[in-house]
Amino acid sequence: MPLVLEMEEENIPVTPCFSSEGINYMHIRHNNLYLLALSKRNSNAVEIILFLHRLAGVLIEYFKELEEESIRDNFVIIYELLDEMMDFGYPQTTESKILQEYITQESHKLEVIRPPVAVTNAVSWRSEGIRYRKNEVFLDVVESVNLLVNASGTVIRSEILGAVKMKCYLSGMPELRLGLNDKVMFENTGRANRGKSIEMEDVKFHQCVRLARFENDRTISFIPPDGEFELMSYRLSTPVKPLIWVEASVENHKGSRVEYVVKVKGQFKRRSTANNVEIYVHVPDDADSPKFRASVGSVVYAPEKSAFVWKIKQLGGAKEYLMRAHFGLPSVRNDEVDKRAPISVKFEIPYFTVSGIQVRYLKVVEKAGYSSLPWVRYITQNGDDYTLRTIADTKQSSIIAPL
Amino acid sequence: MSRAPPRKGENFELRAELNSEYRDRRADAIKRVIANMTVGKDVSGLFPDVLKNMQTDDLEQKKLVYLYLMNYAKTQPELVILAVNTFVKDTADFNPLVRALAIRTMSTLKAEKILTYLGEPLNRCLKDDNPYVRKTAALCVAKAFELKPELCVEWGFVEMLRDLVGDGNPMVVANAVTALMDIHEAAQSMPPSRPGSPTADGESPPPSATRPSPTLFIIDPPTLSKLLLALNECSEWGRIALLNALARYKAQDDKESEHICERVMPQFQHANAAVVLGAVKVIMIHMRNVGRQELVTQLIRKMAPPLVTLVSSAPEVQWVALRNINLLLQKRPDILANEMRVFFCKYNDPPYVKVEKLDIMVRLADHRNVDTLLGELREYASEVDVDFVRKAVKAIGQTAIKIESAAGRCVQLLLDLIQTRVSYVVQEGVVVIKDIFRKYPHSYEGIIPVLCANLDDLDEPEAKASLIWIIGEYAEKIENADELLGIFLESFKEEPYAVQLQTVTAIVKLFLKKPDGSQAIVQRVLQAATKDCDNPDVRDKAYVYWRLLSTDPAAAKAVVLSVKPPISLPQTTVSATVLDELLGEISSLASVYHKPAATFIGRGRYGAEDMAKRRQDDLEDNIQEKALQTVAQGQKAENLLDFDMDEPAAMADTSISASAFANAPSGSQSASVQQALAKNPLDELMDLFATNTLTAPTTTPMATSSPSPFGMASSPASALSAASITPAPVKPDAFSGLDDFGFGAAPSKPAPKTMNSSQNDDLLGLF
Repeated sequence: MPLVLEMEEENIPVTPCFSSEGINYMHIRHNNLYLLALSKRNSNAVEIILFLHRLAGVLIEYFKELEEESIRDNFVIIYELLDEMMDFGYPQTTESKILQEYITQESHKLEVIRPPVAVTNAVSWRSEGIRYRKNEVFLDVVESVNLLVNASGTVIRSEILGAVKMKCYLSGMPELRLGLNDKVMFENTGRANRGKSIEMEDVKFHQCVRLARFENDRTISFIPPDGEFELMSYRLSTPVKPLIWVEASVENHKGSRVEYVVKVKGQFKRRSTANNVEIYVHVPDDADSPKFRASVGSVVYAPEKSAFVWKIKQLGGAKEYLMRAHFGLPSVRNDEVDKRAPISVKFEIPYFTVSGIQVRYLKVVEKAGYSSLPWVRYITQNGDDYTLRTIADTKQSSIIAPL
Repeated sequence: MSRAPPRKGENFELRAELNSEYRDRRADAIKRVIANMTVGKDVSGLFPDVLKNMQTDDLEQKKLVYLYLMNYAKTQPELVILAVNTFVKDTADFNPLVRALAIRTMSTLKAEKILTYLGEPLNRCLKDDNPYVRKTAALCVAKAFELKPELCVEWGFVEMLRDLVGDGNPMVVANAVTALMDIHEAAQSMPPSRPGSPTADGESPPPSATRPSPTLFIIDPPTLSKLLLALNECSEWGRIALLNALARYKAQDDKESEHICERVMPQFQHANAAVVLGAVKVIMIHMRNVGRQELVTQLIRKMAPPLVTLVSSAPEVQWVALRNINLLLQKRPDILANEMRVFFCKYNDPPYVKVEKLDIMVRLADHRNVDTLLGELREYASEVDVDFVRKAVKAIGQTAIKIESAAGRCVQLLLDLIQTRVSYVVQEGVVVIKDIFRKYPHSYEGIIPVLCANLDDLDEPEAKASLIWIIGEYAEKIENADELLGIFLESFKEEPYAVQLQTVTAIVKLFLKKPDGSQAIVQRVLQAATKDCDNPDVRDKAYVYWRLLSTDPAAAKAVVLSVKPPISLPQTTVSATVLDELLGEISSLASVYHKPAATFIGRGRYGAEDMAKRRQDDLEDNIQEKALQTVAQGQKAENLLDFDMDEPAAMADTSISASAFANAPSGSQSASVQQALAKNPLDELMDLFATNTLTAPTTTPMATSSPSPFGMASSPASALSAASITPAPVKPDAFSGLDDFGFGAAPSKPAPKTMNSSQNDDLLGLF
């Protein structure tokens, strides 16, 4: 297999699935590990690729770290897990919570372990008989903003990827119902809607949510798994204006030095604050001797990423800051084309969602009749693609070679 | 036990440990054995010693011993028999985990003998009280079926599986369906008799009777309602199996199809991408029968958001999803009409994702979003990944060809990019602009000087050939065309064949358009091509031109300067029937590769072995031929843009070119069609040659100056043979449209017919 891969790598980009001599190779990469599945048939590629991702997830839950060493140290348990997770090429149980109930690190005597009812239950994600002294639910509404700004400063693509994450510490088999300010639901029920309602474009639910029920009357009802899980995710492609605006100008004197001026602005309400803002600005690979001057925060050079990072612990709304950077360039010219990587930004804004989504209620019903209080937190952060192409050359050193 | 026990080394030590009186030492030894096995060391010699440790109450140890057995059962079938007793005992254990484990392992052992003992325990486990055991046993039937299909039917296991579809437990239902689907697939792909396989020996009655009928798993309306009911209850993986089964169901009427679509639709909201795509598949299949237009519209509308969401999953999942989306768009381009932005490449997307996104973006381009698209493509063209940049430039060209109103903007963008003088951008740009000229002839001639200015930067054959083609095509508009072509003539001998071919054609075009002043250069190129060139295509082409020019310049004009059909961007990359087949298999490997399953796995699940064997026997097979055709077709469709139809040699140059494939299977349909069509021009050629030989001494002044080329064509028969050896490359420009007839991939004009008559007139004139 490594031979095949190397061979492929030389000629064409390796795709996650390819076929060779009648055998199909499907693989994913996790850090420096390849997880590979083989098939001689026209298998369900999506299912298998997803299973490999799930497998990686379960192994991480078990060993904290998934790397060559943890595999070597734990091969016995990995065999056990594989045996339980996949049978005859068909995925079986992949819920790590449930697996942990009967496949454990320490070996047990036979009498102790039995297959948890949950494995085959309609509710395959929760075991019975869970007890908590204090019944609590924590809800985190996390919105990740993906956004792309072109060189002239207009937003050409933006989306909000939202997720409702839960930490559930409830006894027994509780029935939960979640109410959001979902526009479609308000319309369906004809309820007067106070304040803002939002229209989610695509909603995905954890397998515990009753999909048919949601389809009928937009009610999100479910029996939650125990502990931490992602209840739902949603997507909105309503236009978002950049919450954090960055622009940079570059003065490139090829063969001697390059200078940057970076401006950042918090374009959100004055009373909010963005935490842990990190701005990545790309510099030429061969830049050296960095000098920085920033009006706020700190700047570090990250040569391994060919970039410098401007870190600002707290950025207030409607505030604006400047920084300057200066690099030396080797006098021998690099003939390669400049890569013009966009500026990327990381940030977190607590107590705030861009979409305006709100949790209206979370009802918990359980036979024992206990009461529990949900805690809700909101946070907005950068997605994996919050980029701005707003790097302008102030002095264009001739890219076009003289004729 | 003929094998001598090891006397020293690690295995010897392990053997001692395995027989130790202390339990923990034995347990430890087993782990070491398995570790050795995992890294590929041969520990099969320890078989009997490991076997002794099978009866244990330590579950982990039991699992490891089972694992060892699974691995070595095939090589040590006699010894495995010793384990049967323990297995059978374990399948009756009080702990369901042990029962399931035992039956699961037992059915996995690839030993014929074990199988005969499997019947009774499997029967028991299928009826077990515990659903965990039942769901495990269900899959065991599929495993056993793979080894001994007759046995499964005989013992009534398949019947029992069908009963399990109505089980109260969703997981059991899911696995029963999975097993039945698996069995169904296996039965269908099973050849009538399997020679070489042990099942085919005397014991089995005539094949037609024993061979399990391909209808082992019939999904009837009662089953359907069971499936739909279980769909909302079972785990994510179970749902995938159920959706697969639903995709196979043949609806009785429109109403039922509608019902299925409505029931499946909520699955779009599932977090698991495979469930979503499974639902898409079911709906795409059953939507064909839905008559109510508003329901179809609703389904299409509901399908879009989940598909878009797939694009933000992990890169590998994303890629698989993108391949499927690409396929869906070929059938229904309207699904994601407003969603092009979603497919904008992210800076850190892996290359395979970016390429796929580019393709989809071009697919979704229309006159409303084209400006945004071009802005994006401009950005991509300045990235560092050479391959991606080239694809981006190519995408600009495709956009120009697709959207006429935006062609001007595309050309401008290409010019901007060419002016950056980045070598690979320039080269790709020239190739792409040639295609734009083919689509919109005489529209953007103003840019030709800019292209010519970059002549020195070109070093790739395709780019050079493209520029030469442009110069030849517009020779009358380019003042220094003879100079420019002269540059290529200088280095004629060193150039690749593709460039040589184009140079010959271009100079002939130049001569026909501007006869005065270019006589010398045409003479030189024909000399060089016929004398110094060792490629038959180039030589033959030059001969044909020479003959044409010397016989009848008017005919030459009609042939060489004929109007070519404009190219267009193909809607689909596969033929309509293949597309429908692939859409029925969404999320499978076939839909990811965009190839029917038969092309990459041969016959069913035994494909790999079959194909290996076939390669050995060097047998020609129908499937392979079909595969070649589809590949050729796909290639052709893709190549429409890459290759100019005028460049037969460029096509012949690339080993995987369409014409090469089409000609390879001589009996194949497309080839014969092409041959039949090619006949027409060949006849003509023969006519030409015939008249030529008759009249040569008097009508061709060139013939006297260099008689050698005519020596070969001195008799009509030999001329014909020379021409018919390589029909494709010899075809002069005017007949290039024939390629299109052969494949039906692009519209073409019936040029040869009309030409035929006009040329005959000319010939008559000669007489």
